[in-house]
Amino acid sequence: MTTTGTGQDAAGPAVLVQDLSITFPTMDGDVHAVDGLSFEVAPGGALGIVGESGSGKSATSLALMGLHRGTRARITGGLEVVGTDMVSASDARIRQMRGNDIAMVFQDPMSSLHPQYTIGNQLIEAYRTHRPKSTRAEAKARAVEALDRVGIPEPTRRVNSYPHEFSGGMRQRVVIAMALMCDPKVLLADEPTTALDVTVQAQILDLLDDLRTELGMALILVSHDLAVVAGSVDEVLVMQKGKAVERGEVRKVLAEPEHPYTQALLAAVPRVEVSRAQRRAQVRADRAAGEGRDAAPAGRTGATALPEADGSWNPDTDPLLSVDNVRMRFKVRGGMMGKSTDFYAVDGVSFDLHKGETLGVVGESGSGKSTLSRMVMRLLEPTEGKVLFEGRDITHISERKLRPLRRDVQMVFQNPYSSLNPRLTIGDSIGTALRVQGESDGKLIKRRVQELLERVGLEPLHYNRFPHAFSGGQRQRIAIARALILRPKLVICDEPVSALDVSTQDQVLRLLSELQDDFDLTYIFVAHDLAVVRQVSDRVAVMKKGRVVELSDSDSVYEAPQDEYTRSLLNAAPVLDPDEAREHRAERVRLRAGKGEAA
Amino acid sequence: MVTYLLRRLGAGVLLLAIVTLVTFLIFYVVPRMAGQTVQQLATMYVGKAPTEEAIQATIDRLNLDQPIALQFWEFIKGIFVGATYTFGGREVVCSAPCFGYSFQNYTEVFPEIVNRLPVTFSMAIGAGVIWLVGGVSVGVVSAIKKGSIFDRLSMGLALAGVSLPVFFTGLLSLAFLVHAWGLFDTPRYTPFFQDPIAWATGLFLPWVTLAFLHAAQYARQTRAGMLETMGEDYIRTARAKGLAEWKVILKHGLRPTLTPIVTIFGLDIGLVLGGAVLTETVFSLNGIGRYAVQAIISQDLPVILGVTLFGAFFVVVCNLIVDLLYAWVDPRVRVSG
Repeated sequence: MTTTGTGQDAAGPAVLVQDLSITFPTMDGDVHAVDGLSFEVAPGGALGIVGESGSGKSATSLALMGLHRGTRARITGGLEVVGTDMVSASDARIRQMRGNDIAMVFQDPMSSLHPQYTIGNQLIEAYRTHRPKSTRAEAKARAVEALDRVGIPEPTRRVNSYPHEFSGGMRQRVVIAMALMCDPKVLLADEPTTALDVTVQAQILDLLDDLRTELGMALILVSHDLAVVAGSVDEVLVMQKGKAVERGEVRKVLAEPEHPYTQALLAAVPRVEVSRAQRRAQVRADRAAGEGRDAAPAGRTGATALPEADGSWNPDTDPLLSVDNVRMRFKVRGGMMGKSTDFYAVDGVSFDLHKGETLGVVGESGSGKSTLSRMVMRLLEPTEGKVLFEGRDITHISERKLRPLRRDVQMVFQNPYSSLNPRLTIGDSIGTALRVQGESDGKLIKRRVQELLERVGLEPLHYNRFPHAFSGGQRQRIAIARALILRPKLVICDEPVSALDVSTQDQVLRLLSELQDDFDLTYIFVAHDLAVVRQVSDRVAVMKKGRVVELSDSDSVYEAPQDEYTRSLLNAAPVLDPDEAREHRAERVRLRAGKGEAA
Repeated sequence: MVTYLLRRLGAGVLLLAIVTLVTFLIFYVVPRMAGQTVQQLATMYVGKAPTEEAIQATIDRLNLDQPIALQFWEFIKGIFVGATYTFGGREVVCSAPCFGYSFQNYTEVFPEIVNRLPVTFSMAIGAGVIWLVGGVSVGVVSAIKKGSIFDRLSMGLALAGVSLPVFFTGLLSLAFLVHAWGLFDTPRYTPFFQDPIAWATGLFLPWVTLAFLHAAQYARQTRAGMLETMGEDYIRTARAKGLAEWKVILKHGLRPTLTPIVTIFGLDIGLVLGGAVLTETVFSLNGIGRYAVQAIISQDLPVILGVTLFGAFFVVVCNLIVDLLYAWVDPRVRVSG
């Protein structure tokens, strides 16, 4: 009989999982979300659990919190948290454990806080649930302390704020503060940074690492991205389809991955240090090899092919798109008297874009990159400045005159789950654009859509299926097909892969690159992930607060960044080498300390 | 917050003015557009088989042959300073908040409405509490026990509730509960301050009848809302804190669900305050609704006009209260307000 005390037993592991299986009964038979999983985490230790969506990593973390109770999930095997068996313990005991012994940080900070209670209220509740004898004042003092600890400025004032008054990164800090309220022994973070910008991601990971060493908590960090966990954990567990395929010390797993799945995952992680030319050469070589036209095999990890010197675009010709000093003003309402102030989302941006070129636009949320792409699409009318497409001024032309132009400029959106109409078959979704542009021959439309479906890696017989039958990666392929059906000249990709797993990301990026070759496309590629942008872009524009702080060919932006902001972005990007990640972290801490002194 | 309040208040007053104008036009201009003569209009004020002189006297007395703008002005003026009508050689004074004068009953409309207000208020409060508490709790339990016998039964009952009209359920309950089985006394109104117990027992049956109709909608809405809210991420966060399940449901789950409920509750209460016509009629309770019905049967235009305006007034006021409550329930409204 294991001890059912509060688990003060220092000798035992903080978390012990033995042969854990989680099964969901469905209409089509049992789904084994987790199958025979075993691992342990020592007190104060850190484990990273990595896998794609559907690998069972979230089912595992919910099981650790006992959050499968009341659902149909069947759990077998051993699951001990600080000495208590989470499978067999009573509901009351599990509630005692939650938040007190093991606390959890969730993926989406925008939705994991209750919108109708102040954050203080929610923190106090977490504390008083487990310390019923404490007074409200004590709990509040504790809440202020926790907020201060996670780096919320002015905690005494902010404790009375509502979640909507915080940014995403700040909300995630609040969620972490909530987890810290009762000094848990285990902190479980399930994709804590997936919804955040790189710099904010780096801050949150730094914070988690800091808390772990300072408070001696065990940390379980769950992610789909190996690079995210690399710098923060001692040990990595790679999961595939509910099974652990590889487990070991982080340096060893990353340096010498044994299982092919781990190798594939590692290969898929976009690397900041791989240049555009290398990447392009590799994609072409892989493609040639895949199609059997070329005998030369290309390794997936080593960029064996020589970087090709050809840029397929020619800067001497007239630009396809010319953006001249555009600004976009929004009025911000505020104050008691309803006064409004002007806010420039995009503030004087200029660039030329040539046929066949790819311009990467990087920046954090709020930097104006989406506003910029919407202005180029003419979904927004710029307040000032000019947009020329093929030499024609389209800045202020009417919607009716714009319609023929819509054929030439298309967009691929970020979220493949919400950008497709769930009530239209994908055939209709893709075909509608042709119909709008005046094509009325139904058979011709169907044939062209089916050809394109094949081209983006789907089956022609998918024509009559609805979006819900497809995975995120497949949906993004559909979205790409929809953008390409009109044979556009310019395609604007607004964060096309940021909602996807790394391995899917890689496939979609390859597809985009192949399509560029085949259809002679010009891309504007908007993203917050620096590595992704480097792989696809000929030139990169770094945006901050509506302005372009750096615009140059991608290799020089990455290898010799001129602007301080670009350097801080590069510094925040997750890297696969644990030692390098730690160095970057130290560098960031130094930078922040420097700023603190300067302020 | 004060600016917000004043703005809402101003909008409410404006809305009432518009409602008054439109109602006035409907009663005095639309019939004339359909070919009704001034004489026919005046006949409604006089009674059966009137003489020519009596009709002409009525026309003069009420300025029915004057331009409509003047008539409307007289009506508005009456609300603020009162009005005087000459009637059969003697003067009739309709004092300050004069919402018209019923020449059929020789009474002022306003005091008649005020006298009936307690009955209608009692109906609204009692029934409102029952349908809100009943509907919401049934909805919550149904959502938590989705697919259970309770859920199916109560949702079936809810369907019956929305589909069965009050004059059916009301008469049924009168026939069986009161007359056949004698479980209840015949419903009657006793003023609350005179005897609270008699007030509650006397009105219990009408309350339940009226509440049954509304509760159904609340139960369905609450159930749907709870099902959605309980799937939210912040509910998982609340569970992860170690909160007891009932606290998760009532504190974290119910509050967002209540936000839209508050809105429809305000509108419904406003409607009932304007007169629960069917319920009051079925149970012979002398409230505003019944007053309106009597006026409609006898084509007593000033009374219909007055009751309509009061109905509108209550809906506007309740809406205002809802808006203020909203800011309290949902902090996100406060900032934008």
